Amino acid sequence: MRVMAQVSMIMALDKCLGCHTCSVTCKQAWTNRAGTEYVWFNNVETRPGLGYPKRYEDQEKWKGGWTLNKKGRLELKAGNRFKKLFTIFASPIQPQMTDYYEPWTYDYQNLISAPLGDDFPVAKPKSLITGEDTAIDWSANWDDDLGGTYVTGNEDPIVQKIRQESEEKIKFEFEQTFMFYLPRICEHCLNPSCMASCPSGAIYKRTEDGIVLVDQDRCRGWRQCITGCPYKKIYFNHKSGKAEKCTFCYPRLEHGIPTVCAETCVGRMRYIGIFLYDADRVTEAASVENDQDLYEAQLDIMLDPFDPEVIREAKKQGIQQSWIEAAQKSPVYKLAKEWKIALPLHPEYRTMPMVWYVPPLSPIIDLLKEQGHDAESQENLFGAIDSLRIPVEYLAELFTAGDTKIVVDVLKKLAAMRAYMRDITLGGVGKEEIAEAVGMTGEQIYEMYRLMAISKYNERYVIPRAHMEDAHNLEEIGCSLEGDGGPGMLYDDAFSGTGARPNPVSAGSYANTARADGKVNIFMWDGNGRPDAMFPNTAGSTRAK
Amino acid sequence: MNILDTFLWGVLPYMVIVILIGGTIWRYKYDQFGWTTRSSQFYESKILKIASPLFHYGLVGVLGGHIVGLMIPASWTAALGITDEMYHAGALIMGIPFGLAVLFGLIVMIFRRRTNKSVFAATTISDKIMYVSLMAVIVFGIGVTIFSAMQGHHGHNYRADISPWFRSLFLFQPEVGLMRDIPFTFKMHILLAFALFALWPFTRLVHAFTAPIHYLFRPYIVYRSRGGEKVGRRRGWDPVGTSDNSSNLK
Ligand code: HEM
Ligand code: SF4
Ligand code: SF4
Repeated sequence: MRVMAQVSMIMALDKCLGCHTCSVTCKQAWTNRAGTEYVWFNNVETRPGLGYPKRYEDQEKWKGGWTLNKKGRLELKAGNRFKKLFTIFASPIQPQMTDYYEPWTYDYQNLISAPLGDDFPVAKPKSLITGEDTAIDWSANWDDDLGGTYVTGNEDPIVQKIRQESEEKIKFEFEQTFMFYLPRICEHCLNPSCMASCPSGAIYKRTEDGIVLVDQDRCRGWRQCITGCPYKKIYFNHKSGKAEKCTFCYPRLEHGIPTVCAETCVGRMRYIGIFLYDADRVTEAASVENDQDLYEAQLDIMLDPFDPEVIREAKKQGIQQSWIEAAQKSPVYKLAKEWKIALPLHPEYRTMPMVWYVPPLSPIIDLLKEQGHDAESQENLFGAIDSLRIPVEYLAELFTAGDTKIVVDVLKKLAAMRAYMRDITLGGVGKEEIAEAVGMTGEQIYEMYRLMAISKYNERYVIPRAHMEDAHNLEEIGCSLEGDGGPGMLYDDAFSGTGARPNPVSAGSYANTARADGKVNIFMWDGNGRPDAMFPNTAGSTRAK
Repeated sequence: MNILDTFLWGVLPYMVIVILIGGTIWRYKYDQFGWTTRSSQFYESKILKIASPLFHYGLVGVLGGHIVGLMIPASWTAALGITDEMYHAGALIMGIPFGLAVLFGLIVMIFRRRTNKSVFAATTISDKIMYVSLMAVIVFGIGVTIFSAMQGHHGHNYRADISPWFRSLFLFQPEVGLMRDIPFTFKMHILLAFALFALWPFTRLVHAFTAPIHYLFRPYIVYRSRGGEKVGRRRGWDPVGTSDNSSNLK
């Protein structure tokens, strides 16, 4: 047994409002840079829907994740190492800008500079790639709230799959359909196929907390990780020519505070905590033959943080006491392992994803309400869960490789919680038989309700700080505060400097072609603009942009 | 032997080597962040998927041809019983297809750069200079090959002068005299290659030096500890609103 710690997130989908606050704050924090205009480390998809990038779940096309080869061993779906190297000169499977969208801005200048006339001036959309006029025809959430789903909804790979199996049409007429939101970040997988695909070995998993990062200095732009990740959560920065991904806000986490998306979540639907898991059994768990057994296998390698043997082994591996305590208080452990109401997204990709989801009961509640039924009665809810095949099958395709039984069990627990709490709220006592019907006790149901519904900040986020023996590493964060051209922007001198390589990913390594002293480093110059230091301007212009 | 010859064939090669090696080390230390293929497949894929493999696989062949032609003395192949005629026929049969693949691949890639608006917008001055010199080297290289093919065995036998000169460079005893009377086209091919090599470390061509052969040998999953390495300040991401987007609206 090799015990390792993993930070993990759980999203309770019933509580997502679809407000996109998480996406926006994440973008402001991480991807408001040139080359990352189209990059959404956090995106919120309306399901049914195509997702972002379009139809990323269609692995027959995109070849993300792992499969089992003839010998029953894990192999990258996109091919073995030789195949990858022989086809490196142009990646055979690579999402294009058209699979995401062409980023744009608006020509606001026209609003104030247009000459006086009869027509109202407009701010025309301009492509951020070519600078020319552009037509906007897709975005990261084009089919938000089922917008246009009557046209595109049938292209949802999961809808297609269910339809194939049941020969039934999922209806996309308003009022007859169901809908929920699926916020997505990188899964910080235990068995990441992005990492396995990287020819340079630039992607790594941190031993301390399991966060998966791209070393911006070692990435050479081969882009195999983008093919490799089945969730398409590695993006290509088309300006810097390097791969980028969600960082799990590691600078914040190291200080014991949650990610930006979780911190700003309006629905308070995110939970962050620690898992202890057995790293020696990851490959074995990811290689079980039947897709539908992957969820159980994944759950199996999550270790009990109260087990004395686990604690002993964890200490032997150098995991600190504070981390073990955090694992014992971990909300994600409770939701995923104790109550088994959180499920991994697409376990069949075999990457062992570490962002889990509590599936939404709301599509079923909504359908009950629409038909005028009491959506809080246990019988109604259980009956609906058993009979409403399509939402359940859809959820099963997302979270359990199609095993509806697991999804039904989870939904019934959520339904039981609802029914149980109604009695209490109305001044009565909770009925123990409701809890028993889903294999729990009333006490457990109540605790589950507390965590799901009314828990406070420090119950939702149990994040141990990074150990301060390593504190000097955290100083790196400081330089992101130093602005362009500030004193922090001086470069190490190549020959006289220490020549030490910078930390793997550097949040603070912003740069600018112009140096603090006004000179221009010619190799940093991207060929655009007219830096004064290179083209002295007698007309007195300002410094290069 | 005049001063110019001595400079071109006895001094310049060493200057180029110093720039190539020194520049590469310098860039490796100083600019890891800029060390990338700067792929443009995000913008355009259809043409690239044909042109880029054509060009790169062609290069592998051309590189092989150069190694054999320049490094293996004629006496060695003769000792194996390979006559000059056989050698040259072989060189042409192998060389011309590879050379044409490179040339054709590059022409298509440049065409794509020029005509696809997104790709063109992402093309830097460094790219443009690199393309011009790369193209020039290749055109002269193919030129001399095809030219000697047409001349048959009256063609210039570079294995008698250029190759020994090339090898003499490594012994630090450049035999400059050998180079005085070689045809002009060969001279151009070599001098342009010098220019390309001198530019190499400062363009995207550095990606060739980090061809990821080690992928075959590393474990799939890479664990790394959080810290320990010293933090340096280097080139990094560009802030929003930099030249490539809002400021170049047309
Ligand atoms: C074996 C080592 C090499 C590998 C693995 C390699 C791989 C690549 C890759 C992946 C690209 C990006 C294509 C794209 O997506 O846009 C590229 C582009 C390029 N490579 Fe290489 N390359 C190698 C050697 C070379 C050499 C030796 C040269 C030149 C002499 C070269 C010249 C170029 C050029 C000019 C481009 C730009 C293509 C374009 O977008 O217009 N490469 N290379
Ligand atoms: S979800 Fe994240 S860790 Fe998993 S394969 Fe994709 S990029 Fe890698
Ligand atoms: S901020 Fe929270 S509630 Fe809003 S979309 Fe994001 S996850 Fe959903």
